[in-house]
Amino acid sequence: MTREDAAYVARLARIDLTADELDLYAGQLAAVLDHAAQVAAVDTSGVAPTAHPIPLSNVLRPDEPRGSLDRGEVLAQAPAVEDGRFRVPRIMGEAP
Amino acid sequence: MSPAGWEAVIGLEVHCELLTATKLFCGCRNAFGDEPNTNVCPVCLGLPGSLPVLNERAVEFAMRIGTALNCEIRPSVFHRKNYFYPDMPKDYQISQYDEPINVDGWLELPDSTRVGIVRAHIEEDTGKTTHVGGGGRIHDAAHALVDYNRAGVPLVEIVSAPDIRSADQARLYAAELRAILVASGASDGRMEEGSMRVDANVSVRRYGSDEMGTRCEVKNLNSLRSLGRAIEHEIGRQVAVVESGGAVAQQTRHWDEAKGVTVALRSKEEAFDYRYFPEPDLVPLAPDRSFRQRAVAGMGPMPAERRRRLVALLAGEVSASGLDQVATVVELDLDGLVAAAIEAGIGPALALARTANEAAADAEGTRHLDPGAYVKWLRMENDGILSATQAKAVLAELLDRGGDPAEIAAAKGFEAMAEDSLVAVVGEVVTRSPAEWERYCQGDEKLAQFFIGQVMKATRGKASGKAVVAELKRLSAGA
Ligand SMILES: [Zn+2]
Repeated sequence: MTREDAAYVARLARIDLTADELDLYAGQLAAVLDHAAQVAAVDTSGVAPTAHPIPLSNVLRPDEPRGSLDRGEVLAQAPAVEDGRFRVPRIMGEAP
Repeated sequence: MSPAGWEAVIGLEVHCELLTATKLFCGCRNAFGDEPNTNVCPVCLGLPGSLPVLNERAVEFAMRIGTALNCEIRPSVFHRKNYFYPDMPKDYQISQYDEPINVDGWLELPDSTRVGIVRAHIEEDTGKTTHVGGGGRIHDAAHALVDYNRAGVPLVEIVSAPDIRSADQARLYAAELRAILVASGASDGRMEEGSMRVDANVSVRRYGSDEMGTRCEVKNLNSLRSLGRAIEHEIGRQVAVVESGGAVAQQTRHWDEAKGVTVALRSKEEAFDYRYFPEPDLVPLAPDRSFRQRAVAGMGPMPAERRRRLVALLAGEVSASGLDQVATVVELDLDGLVAAAIEAGIGPALALARTANEAAADAEGTRHLDPGAYVKWLRMENDGILSATQAKAVLAELLDRGGDPAEIAAAKGFEAMAEDSLVAVVGEVVTRSPAEWERYCQGDEKLAQFFIGQVMKATRGKASGKAVVAELKRLSAGA
């Protein structure tokens, strides 16, 4: 885990880090990755992968409408509103 | 057609909204056209502490689609696809990544070509963003407005193998897939409302080569027509780039319908890093046999099978253009009417042609007709009671106001040509033109047209040409 890797991950998460913080977190993340590498070294051939820590599957709900929130209440939380919709700053580029 | 010496390699990604009552992970209504931000709740707004719960019906629809596309249905897992864009308030989209529910299927085109289906997975739709100012163009917009009614609506994304070789074939694939989605009951397939959205991956190579060229993804294809035009243009553009010594850059391109060109949006070099990881709030999905059977119970035959059945009913009376008509009536869900008519004794060619042409022009209206009334309408032309022109007028009225075809014909005065009055008119016309009648009786069949013309004149177009010929034959046989 280099300093550049840490800066890249921070940028993806939209977190501003100072130079000192980058050094700190690069070191900590490296320790986490080393630990994961230790686990990965164990021979797991013949062990079924764990998809989820809780041994459950198919948790489903029936397709029945439940009430939605009041629009006025929802939009009141937004920094800016126009025409019943959330108003956001000019977007550079297409949706990913 | 690709330029000479070149071959296109095309794969399509189709997003299809499912016809559930509610969203994928919450109980908000899944409805098109509601007032903005009225179908939102803590889950689909991504408010802290909210938890998603998977919609059972969405899973059933996904399995229907998988079954209809001959896929293997497998245990699957949901992932978070992380990105920052205001169309998703959570800042991630829940999707199936490396373990999708449906894999390895195929779709059969009307000409029997098979296109591979790589996967058909479940994911949630995003909100709808409207760019304000700058004529709606993203880069010039002053700001954007977001409606989250669509955020969290269930989608199935169907990814084809790169088996498609032309713009025409891509259009056929999309039309066939739409028909399959509609027949499975999972989607309404409405491209104009965005409930079916198509992106095309296009590359070109020298004919005979099996290398893969650099591909571009073309977006904003809102109709089958723009899909065909955009791919056609993109193939031409890529061939021109390579032939002039350049290299195709891997890009996402936007189809500009008005200008008829594709425009670069962003290079794939700066591709997004989505940091996929398993969605910790959802457990795996592992539908057992009985769940799968329940999902597909009551699902009718798919279009390919329906075309086969209709061709069998036509019993050899079908030409090459007839095969197109078969594809049309199946696509418009009118094949049941053709089958009912043929079984009721209507001539197969007439039943097919009228349904694929006149009735297909108002397929929606025709689907709502009483099948009995439709067959009765066809029978009047089949039996020579109505001319083709009259039959069309009666159908228009039937579709417009409903009612009984015989009564509509009577109200329009078409019933005046009941058999006995036609016999009388034909008799008069024959008597007036003895020389022509003589030649007709001696076998000059061209004169039938002369007599039909005379009868039409006398009846002001109300007679059926077919009925006139029948009467002429009867008279000449007795002469
Ligand atoms: Zn909701």
